[in-house]
Amino acid sequence: MYTSLQSAIDDATASGKRLSQVALEAEARDQGRPIEEIRDALRRALKVMRRATDQGLVGDLYSASGLVGGDAAKLAASTAGPLAGSVFTDVLARALAVQEVNAAMGVIVAAPTAGGAGVLPSVLTGIAHAKGIDDERVVDALATAGLIGAVVAERASLSGAEGGCQAETGAAAGMAAGAAVDMLGGTPSAAGHAVALAQQGTLGLVCDPLGGLVELPCVFRNATGAAIALAAIEMALAGITFAIPADEVIDVMGEIGRDMDVRYRETAGGGLAQTPTGRRLARERLVQIKRAGN
Amino acid sequence: MVSLLDIIGPVMVGPSSSHTAGACRIGLLARGLVGGTPERARIELHGSFARTGEGHGTDKAIAGGLMGFRPDDDRIRDALDIAEREGLAYTFEKTTIADDAHPNTVRITLERGDRTHEMIGESLGAGRIHITEVDGFPVEVHGNHHTIVLVAEDVKGSVARIAQLLADGGINIATLRLTRKERGGDAFMVIEVDDLPGETVRDAIRALAWVRWTHRLDKVSG
Repeated sequence: MYTSLQSAIDDATASGKRLSQVALEAEARDQGRPIEEIRDALRRALKVMRRATDQGLVGDLYSASGLVGGDAAKLAASTAGPLAGSVFTDVLARALAVQEVNAAMGVIVAAPTAGGAGVLPSVLTGIAHAKGIDDERVVDALATAGLIGAVVAERASLSGAEGGCQAETGAAAGMAAGAAVDMLGGTPSAAGHAVALAQQGTLGLVCDPLGGLVELPCVFRNATGAAIALAAIEMALAGITFAIPADEVIDVMGEIGRDMDVRYRETAGGGLAQTPTGRRLARERLVQIKRAGN
Repeated sequence: MVSLLDIIGPVMVGPSSSHTAGACRIGLLARGLVGGTPERARIELHGSFARTGEGHGTDKAIAGGLMGFRPDDDRIRDALDIAEREGLAYTFEKTTIADDAHPNTVRITLERGDRTHEMIGESLGAGRIHITEVDGFPVEVHGNHHTIVLVAEDVKGSVARIAQLLADGGINIATLRLTRKERGGDAFMVIEVDDLPGETVRDAIRALAWVRWTHRLDKVSG
């Protein structure tokens, strides 16, 4: 697989192919498997993503601690908006939905991780729904997202314990933005700018879950991560370029992650987890889980 | 080399790839030591597994793995209830395995029939796992190959004999590691193979007079 997004973009541009095609060809070469077999695996992933989204939008799932659940349905049914267009609200609701399913021990696709699993399906299926894009093109988009994620894994990290939330929902936003631009017919270069634009917006983001549980703020970070991806998509499709190339933005994300104090890397030692309310909720809810377990 | 499908996956029961999916895989591998669902399981959780395991369903995931559930099996959510119905008696304890142990480490001791075995495993993140010890012997098993573990008397030519039996069975060896606690003491072999060894090969290995016991740990990822 590529370790530089720029070389993938260059290959795609030179051969007149979409980024998704270049990603599928590289994977087929690496793994010695036919492209159709890889697409089959991605089709299965998309099916699970859609099922998780549907389950979460019903609004009857809650985590064992009761800290999160029901908000996806609340947003989907809200009559207060939409302020920024119905696609935007729909994408946010889908992001909350997948992450609520995850917190309630439902089945999700860890793409790139379980904690950041809401961003990619929400952005891709939300846009596909609004624009009438068929599933085969969404499957292509998953390949593009996989390519971007592989580059991040190689150059930086996809783990909150290593790089903070910028490496989970931040990376997911970059993957979703680049994949969506490719899916919507943007050039490979525009997809690269979308990745850079999304990831610059999440640089420095800490991983600070209450009680160390993948619940709060994780559920909401997925929604805000998806919002950043949508902003990046709008800008990149309008032809806006970001002066720092995506590879360098990814590199610096890795550097910031390595410099980040361990309190901000999934340990619940800092950030929201250590606010007075964060500490109190974590204490109370962990007691609740223990009671429920007995 | 990173695969695109490692990034878009795994499909798993939430909420955490390390505390849920990885924990389930460690349980699945441990199950192989006793050749099926154990009757008794003592599960000692260390570090972050001990601190946040309950909230992440680590207990359910390990119990599910011990019963043969894979990380994407939605029965994991009810695994503790199912364990009681299936006759798997489990205990969970919080412990310190070693001061420098990986934050997500678990020691699992299993009994089934007359077999008792113990395994120490680490969950490294993104669902990846590392088994570091089996019955007190240091090992390195990641579960992305089928693995044969065996304890044998320390006889000359044992490695060659086993390798020959595998080759005869058409099984390709990926890695092989031999350790022993002392000279002349029992030798412990961990062999990762590309293909699932069939009954004939396993029977042939078991039939060797100097092999004390052997297990097949099936691939749990990749």
